Amino acid sequence: MESGDKVWEVFIQKKSGLPFKHAGSVHAYDKKMAIQNARDSYTRRGEGRALWVVPAEAIISVPLDEADAYFNPSEDKIYRHPTFYDIPDGVENL
Amino acid sequence: MDKYQAAFDAIIEKDDRVEPRDWMPDDYRNNLIRQISQHAHSEVIGMQPEGNWLLRAPSLRSKQVLLAKIQDEGGHGLYLYSVAETLGVSREEMIDQLHEGKAKYSSIFNYPALNWADIGAIGWLVDGAAIVNQVSLQRTSYGPYSRGMIRICKEESFHQRQGYEIMLHMAKGTPEQKEMAQDALNRFWFPSLMMFGPHDADSAHSSKAMQWKIKRESNDTLRQKFIDKTVPQAEFLGLTVPDPNCKWNEETGHYDHSPFDWDEFWAVVNGNGPCNKERLDHHKKAHNDNAWVREAAVAYAKKTESTLV
Repeated sequence: MESGDKVWEVFIQKKSGLPFKHAGSVHAYDKKMAIQNARDSYTRRGEGRALWVVPAEAIISVPLDEADAYFNPSEDKIYRHPTFYDIPDGVENL
Repeated sequence: MDKYQAAFDAIIEKDDRVEPRDWMPDDYRNNLIRQISQHAHSEVIGMQPEGNWLLRAPSLRSKQVLLAKIQDEGGHGLYLYSVAETLGVSREEMIDQLHEGKAKYSSIFNYPALNWADIGAIGWLVDGAAIVNQVSLQRTSYGPYSRGMIRICKEESFHQRQGYEIMLHMAKGTPEQKEMAQDALNRFWFPSLMMFGPHDADSAHSSKAMQWKIKRESNDTLRQKFIDKTVPQAEFLGLTVPDPNCKWNEETGHYDHSPFDWDEFWAVVNGNGPCNKERLDHHKKAHNDNAWVREAAVAYAKKTESTLV
């Protein structure tokens, strides 16, 4: 890759209050160019009301072949879910 | 079979999507890089025949529309380069391969756009053929490619309509205009059909790509879909498809067609089309002439590193 030309990941928020969603990536040399390129590439038809760009190298992900080990512990903790608890009929607003 | 191969096979079998960090066979990865980079280059090179008509568009409306369409094509090229980059190849490498003649783009863009009717025929037939192919690729097994195709199909639906609208105006215009429309159809018909690639029996990359669900329908199936959709549209225009054998076949439930001139197809693929050299030279020139922009951008980025936005 040419020096200075970086890949940036693009996140778009469609409406106020909604989470930002990953849309794809763009190339750019600096922050301003990244956000302008993201606008021109991903929001030509009113797809967003807010944009984030993040240098792709800043994103850290769990290696997929280790994903099982990472996420499994949450599966045996069923008491984290509301359906684990017995509440007698007649108790309301709980 | 090792567990990685088994996991990959299961994804394909279940019609799930392969994601960038998943293990995949080298051949699958290379097949995708070849196909997606070819697709990206086609979008970008495809801007040239249309760009040629921007300053000669017959009205402000048609100029505005054509500009928006060309901008979309550039954007689609960028989406596709991004998709290919998730497979471990850089955009710069892909562009080098294009310049060195190692990577191809769709042969259709090696034909010139001689007049305004050609702009209509390109939108109607070339984008029409591309859309049939891309709709099918929305279900491709590689996740980022599939998502890119969904986005591209959504954006491209206006491209074919603007082309058909031009054809409609000309076909219903003066006798000279109608003649131009017919002439454009005559020249673009067979090249558009050959955009789907060689017949299934002769297609080097097809069978593996079908097994891996990179491609979901064969070249001949997609081509036939396009013919069946398009012939009635030509009839509505009062124009004739330039193939005396193109008739509705009750038995097959499809339109027949004459054999294609594959010698011409391969001649164009192998660099001997009317505009191959021009297209590539133009791309190289634009890339090299604008090197200073990239240099300026590096300098500017250094200067503004610490600013907030």
